[in-house]
Amino acid sequence: MSIETLPIKDGIFKQQSQPLVEIQNLKKYYPIKKGILSKTVGHVKAVDGLNFSIYPGETISLVGESGCGKSTTGRAIVKLDPPTDGKVLFEGKDMATIQHKELRKIRTEMQIIFQDPYSSLNPRKRIGDLLAEPLIAHRLATKEEANKKVDQILEIVGLTKFHKSRYPHEFSGGQRQRVGIARALMLNPKLIVCDEPVSALDVSIQAQVLNLLKDLQKEFNLTYLFIAHGLGAVKYISDRIAVMYLGKIVEIGKTEEIFKNPKHPYTKVLLSAYPIPNPHLRNRERIVVEGDVPSPANPPKGCRFHTRCPMAQAICKEKEPLLNATDHSVACHFPLN
Amino acid sequence: MGENILEVDKLQTAFRTDKGEVVSVEEVSFQLQPGETIGIVGESGCGKSVTSLSIMRLLGKHGYIKNGSINLNGNDLTKLTEAEMRKVRGNEISMIFQEPMTSLNPVFTIGNQMVELIRLHMGLNAKKAKSYAVEMLKKVGIPRAEVIIDEYPHALSGGMRQRVMIAMALSCKPKLLIADEPTTALDVTIQAQILELMKSLKNESETAIMMITHDLGVIAEMADKVIVMYAGQVVEEADVFTLFDEPKHPYTKGLIDSIPHLEYDAQEKLYSIPGSVPTLQQMPKGCRFHTRCPYVTEKCIAEKPPHISIDNKRNHKVRCWLYEEKQQESMSNEEREVTV
Repeated sequence: MSIETLPIKDGIFKQQSQPLVEIQNLKKYYPIKKGILSKTVGHVKAVDGLNFSIYPGETISLVGESGCGKSTTGRAIVKLDPPTDGKVLFEGKDMATIQHKELRKIRTEMQIIFQDPYSSLNPRKRIGDLLAEPLIAHRLATKEEANKKVDQILEIVGLTKFHKSRYPHEFSGGQRQRVGIARALMLNPKLIVCDEPVSALDVSIQAQVLNLLKDLQKEFNLTYLFIAHGLGAVKYISDRIAVMYLGKIVEIGKTEEIFKNPKHPYTKVLLSAYPIPNPHLRNRERIVVEGDVPSPANPPKGCRFHTRCPMAQAICKEKEPLLNATDHSVACHFPLN
Repeated sequence: MGENILEVDKLQTAFRTDKGEVVSVEEVSFQLQPGETIGIVGESGCGKSVTSLSIMRLLGKHGYIKNGSINLNGNDLTKLTEAEMRKVRGNEISMIFQEPMTSLNPVFTIGNQMVELIRLHMGLNAKKAKSYAVEMLKKVGIPRAEVIIDEYPHALSGGMRQRVMIAMALSCKPKLLIADEPTTALDVTIQAQILELMKSLKNESETAIMMITHDLGVIAEMADKVIVMYAGQVVEEADVFTLFDEPKHPYTKGLIDSIPHLEYDAQEKLYSIPGSVPTLQQMPKGCRFHTRCPYVTEKCIAEKPPHISIDNKRNHKVRCWLYEEKQQESMSNEEREVTV
């Protein structure tokens, strides 16, 4: 095992409890195929070696720009997209080698909420049937019991049992996302992966859904992996934040630390680029980086951010910085104070 | 203060549907001066995009302007023929759309599309038009413009495509630029680049900008004055500082309170506006916001509030019954002063 693939524990946060999910050297490559024989000519390295843990009861957020691999990570963890390499341990069990029967059982404990609630709900099914389906599919309840549970959960997410006989198109965006959340709650999961759950919603509705997610977490002791690009929502909901760039985590730490004292230049750039809804701050000092995110099929050598980094030096082009193992880890040769 | 370049007065836009006429923009009025940026903010379906399409007269075959006038430099755009309107579009008003991929033609090169527009509107020959296009691309910060100009849109990233759109929109030196959610589809670092670019271009020329967005952050960065729209109506109008410092309408207050802030410490609970935006077919009577408003009274349910000025000096207007009494008080105060 080379140094790079050694699993790095991310800090001592909540060390007293066992992690719910442990992600070790997670990789997800998508092959690029060309020609009539579909020869593989390269790989898009969507996720390239992630190490982090999710502790019970916390909300950890993955942030980054589009194409940085945050959604792929979420899907790989719940095994919707099996990872190319690396391990995902859910309560100590390796998701890759687990028996099919046991995998089904574990699947009831992890659920996912998608970005677009319209395309993730079957338009031909009534809400009541949609919500009862997970229970029936896992043979956890009879139809009657399922029905009762549907009423209960609908109430919890702020809908009523009268909504049961309606179809998804009769709902507004915010209500549909509530249905998506209700469906995730049906099996009493431990972990919910929230993949951009509020990005498609209007501002006033976003606040409703964020509040709902926070309330549910308290009530059911849920653990969230929250994936988003809107930093406002992330700051509001998370305990810890992992900043991703081109398939790697560049910084991970407590929310407050990340926002008050960002150590990686990319984190600082992200924070300063975010438009602040206060016109008195419009002339604040800001770092605007040049250029676009490089292609994940051909990421830059050395530090992946060096092509856009305002502080890049010679070593950044040569040697890839590794995440240091502290409470507030950063992968940078010249971390900021 | 100079002359107004654009005056929109009591604009009302409707669409013909199978279920009868639907009025999507009820009453929108605003003025814009050269070099000024107005932000139009609201949630989806509030009519902000239809307002901009009305000004461009791009409403399609089912939409039409029912009432009101749109004066651009003294010309009423609602009265122009289609042929005359074509001369206005591109020359005097340009527009940038949200999704730069769908607004560029995928089967022509960037250069092809730019040269077509420049030749048509400016009457340059092909060679001059091409060198002008390269110049414009350089101006919006596209590296290797001479090479990029022969690329197809798919070869460019989202941010680059939006730069091309801006270059196209600005190449005829329009007096008014309408930007309809120009950065919504872009990443934050790219958004910052585009907003910086728009700011510097605005400082260079006297172009007035109409910035349509749902993001209050973008409004706070860019706009000089703001109108807030709800369900087809303007509910509040003020300069950007007044609007964020002393929002008056309950909807504006709700919007500002419901965004999570980066600059504050951890927030326990976000304010959220209950319910959702009513559909056009089921518009509440009286004040359109009364179904979601925490300060609702009998009067709000029964009667439509007028759009009244509560601070003449700062041109702060609100459509809400809560401020009617205060306004009358200040009016009578003013009258008293006059009589004294």
